[in-house]
Amino acid sequence: MDFGPHLLLATLEGAVTAAILALTAMGLSIVFGVMRVVNVAHGEFYMLGAVIAWFIATSLGAHPAIGFVAALLLAPLAVGAIAAVSDRLILSRIDYDPERTIVATIGLLYIIQQATLMTFGPDARPVEPPFNHRIALPWVEWGDGGLALYWPWGLSITSYKLFIIGAAAVVLTGIWLVMTRTRFGLIMRATQQDREMAMVFGVPVDRTFAYVFGLGAGLAAIGAVLVVPVQQAHYLMGHDPLLLSFIVVIIGGLGSLPGTVIAAILIGMTDGIISVFFSPTLAKIIATLAVAMVLVFRPQGLMGKASR
Amino acid sequence: MLEVDNIHAAYGRAKALHGVSLTAERGEILCILGRNGAGKTTTMKAIMGLLPLSEGRITLDGANIGSRPAHERAAQRIAYVPQGRRLFPELSVEENIEMGLIAGAAGPKVKAHVLEMFPRLAERLHQQASTLSGGEQQMLATARALCIQPQVLLLDEPTEGLQPSMIDLIRQVTLRMKEEGLAVILVEQRVDAVLSIADKVVFLENGRNLETMSADQLRADPAKLHSYLGV
Repeated sequence: MDFGPHLLLATLEGAVTAAILALTAMGLSIVFGVMRVVNVAHGEFYMLGAVIAWFIATSLGAHPAIGFVAALLLAPLAVGAIAAVSDRLILSRIDYDPERTIVATIGLLYIIQQATLMTFGPDARPVEPPFNHRIALPWVEWGDGGLALYWPWGLSITSYKLFIIGAAAVVLTGIWLVMTRTRFGLIMRATQQDREMAMVFGVPVDRTFAYVFGLGAGLAAIGAVLVVPVQQAHYLMGHDPLLLSFIVVIIGGLGSLPGTVIAAILIGMTDGIISVFFSPTLAKIIATLAVAMVLVFRPQGLMGKASR
Repeated sequence: MLEVDNIHAAYGRAKALHGVSLTAERGEILCILGRNGAGKTTTMKAIMGLLPLSEGRITLDGANIGSRPAHERAAQRIAYVPQGRRLFPELSVEENIEMGLIAGAAGPKVKAHVLEMFPRLAERLHQQASTLSGGEQQMLATARALCIQPQVLLLDEPTEGLQPSMIDLIRQVTLRMKEEGLAVILVEQRVDAVLSIADKVVFLENGRNLETMSADQLRADPAKLHSYLGV
């Protein structure tokens, strides 16, 4: 395949990675932005979403589309509920102290991971996509009669992967609407800016934090449910999303939601393109280098505010 | 109405209040005076529930609210305008007001009433709070608190850093709140402003009560001001 079609293919793969990453990192960013909690267990909520999606789809045993829709509705709710309970049982009891929450969420990471291993075993589990048509993509070439379209062999994407990109865009738009147009969004933004004053104005901050922690984990789970038909569910699958989400959140600016989306697109596309042309390991090395550069030259991230 | 009885509180291990008592009645302005570090702001925070009590009681209409969290005290219609205003800086004027409406579960009528009191805010509803002038920020902080429809209003240095016309507006609003039957507790450095509107004065020093007297008594004996405040 020529370079041009190959680049288009890599870009589309990168867009799929960016879509999933934007959802996962958005969860991490909301949790950090509102609660100031560095959630090291975030990748495990992603993993849990994928495994629960497999469990729901397999248990129903119906048409793949029914299993997938049920998983998309129920897995994020289940993961969100587990996260909210974890918040009440662990994080609120240590008063969201920054150092102790890091240690506590490391503990939570291992509890979730090992509980999943003991419950579902070590095997990778596939989930059938609800639809998966191959869509051939055209390219242009300069011929005798000027520019002409042609269909290079191998230049295609599946309808399901396009659906992932579309679904992520819909969910992210929904989150933006919730944050800017609803009372819950207003409460989250106010709590982010001044927790004590939010309490003074009647916000039960502890309960709000439980919802926010659940929302963050639920977003990771939505990303996982979307990805599990193209990557299998496995109890160790949470590591890469956690690392990439941290990279995205740091580059975008801690707690900045627009920054998170922009950084997810940058990192996701870079990851997809470099993985296709070179290797996934090189993609991770470059992403990590990018974080180092951001931390040195713009510590507040692309869209974050410099501390005074 | 609101009774603070021998409260003790600390910031970590540093004790800040060693037994403060005061009573605020409906339709009354109670002013807390004292030198820097006397415990005025700490007392306000303790009343609002932002600082836990180690001893003592706070009752509202006879019910002990001393152990209730701050958000429940807001629901009991205690409103706080803190020192330095502490607006939600990245929210708009309208969103800051909406935050006030949450605790009071109040509707558009209250919002309209508050905006009628501060018409300048009505012109700037969509402006980000951090971009307002100091006086406008104080108006917004007061408006936001009034949206709770408070029965007790805590005002901590509301005239700090304001120009005279704005100080006069805040003074008028405070008097209007008194006329509407609110219990107003005011911390203020400007003694002249206090003496012109207060009904009762409590002097604090090192986190303890020095003396409680009516404003009339203080006006008749200004030597107390020199003795307690050095002015």
